[in-house]
Amino acid sequence: MNAILEVKDLVVRYDAATALDRVSLTVGRGEMVALIGPNGAGKSTLVDALSGIVRPASGHISVRGRFAHVPEGRQLFPDLTVDDNLLLGACRSGDRDPSWIYALLPDLAGIRRRRADSLSGGQQQMVAVGRALMARPEVLAIDELSLGLAPIVVAALSDRLASLHRTEGLAVLLIEQNARLALDLCSRAYVLEAGRIVSEGPSAQLARSAAVANAYLGGGVALGT
Amino acid sequence: MSAFFSYLVGGVALGSGFALIGSGLVMVHCVTRVVNLSQGMYAVVAGLSAATFFGMGAPHGVAELAAIGVAAGVGFLTGLVAMAGRATTPQSSLIITFGLAIFAYAAESLLWGDQPRSFPGLPGAIEVADVRIQKQSLLVIASTAVIFAMLHLFLERTYVGKKLRACSSNPYAARVVGIDVKRMGLLAFGLGGFLGGVAGVLLGPLRPISFDSDLTLVIDGFAAAILGGLARPLMALLGGLLLGVAESMVAGYAKASYQTEVALVLMLAIMVGQRARLATIHAEAS
Repeated sequence: MNAILEVKDLVVRYDAATALDRVSLTVGRGEMVALIGPNGAGKSTLVDALSGIVRPASGHISVRGRFAHVPEGRQLFPDLTVDDNLLLGACRSGDRDPSWIYALLPDLAGIRRRRADSLSGGQQQMVAVGRALMARPEVLAIDELSLGLAPIVVAALSDRLASLHRTEGLAVLLIEQNARLALDLCSRAYVLEAGRIVSEGPSAQLARSAAVANAYLGGGVALGT
Repeated sequence: MSAFFSYLVGGVALGSGFALIGSGLVMVHCVTRVVNLSQGMYAVVAGLSAATFFGMGAPHGVAELAAIGVAAGVGFLTGLVAMAGRATTPQSSLIITFGLAIFAYAAESLLWGDQPRSFPGLPGAIEVADVRIQKQSLLVIASTAVIFAMLHLFLERTYVGKKLRACSSNPYAARVVGIDVKRMGLLAFGLGGFLGGVAGVLLGPLRPISFDSDLTLVIDGFAAAILGGLARPLMALLGGLLLGVAESMVAGYAKASYQTEVALVLMLAIMVGQRARLATIHAEAS
């Protein structure tokens, strides 16, 4: 597979605790992959390791393209304006013109001069996604896209992502507790529990498995119905 | 009445110097969370360097700028040492900056001796409504106004300034977007050195500087900076001016040797006041 992102036998430890235990996964060019799992499974640690924020104890990470990351909890610069938040996303790309982000996420155009901490949760998540896109990524990791957002906002954001995936060939690693959303959007998925990948495969197949359905989909509900 | 205005202008000039040192503390603290106890040293290094450059025959302007450059370099080096380890906490860095300030005593007295040094500033005075004002005091006030305006524009309008604000606002997010937080920390230390250096060359002609002047300068700078909770450079300006005027009035109407005590009492009062305000906010929130 022509992988843009490859993680092999990754181990991350916080002092004595092992947060990730020999985790391996791949994301192909232009592919949308989900990483689902319960709270505390190590999902955010994995993304922090991909970003270089956390140092792995062992294992191998290979990113063969521009990478950007939407962190859990949005993590905006609260006292800076929307414009400045977006501009700072361009640190890696150097392309500081945010007009295409305002065209892609028109809701942001009207609030570009407002401070990030004065925005609603949905607006903040849009800024977080826009800021990551300013890096002109070829692969984008999104940590908890849906957390704390109204379903209508999640649907709008998912639509934008899916369209970027189709038109620009953006590869996405979607880290979600909302397994239904993740399996709906992505073609393939991994399940991470207690720092280990416990199952992986095409989303449709995983959704049919009793273990995943019971743990993450509210018990045996078939996908897409 | 003319004495009052004379003390007022003198106090504003003195307070401008405190504000510059205080804003250096704020810059470093915002970006790195380190309380830089060697901030007073930059003013001393700049003041003593300027005296040396004048001694070597350097003209006005050149001597001051070179001395500020030396202070900025020393600031950068302080940052390099204080943040050398990958896992150095801000608390450890604080201790390191304290150690560096002590080390600087030895280095400065070796290089410049232990006698206070001064150098010429802008000579002469002007009279406004029977009040005699030293031109150097006006130069200090005008220069500080220009420096603070430039600092504001730098932080608000330039990309590097926005990166510094990003590190201050959310260091984790700064790393996520690819900002080199450590490099920004070093830049903040360099900026702190620059601001301290400006204070040193401006205050040098008004009050002689010796190797141990840094203690009073850092106390005054800290008192100025905590008015804005070590987080806002413009509040450090206000704090510095308040403190300078208070010290000048005390020196004029009471006793000059009470100046440091005024700074300490003001600092304590502000900290107690802020603590009480925080407690009220927490109580209301819960």
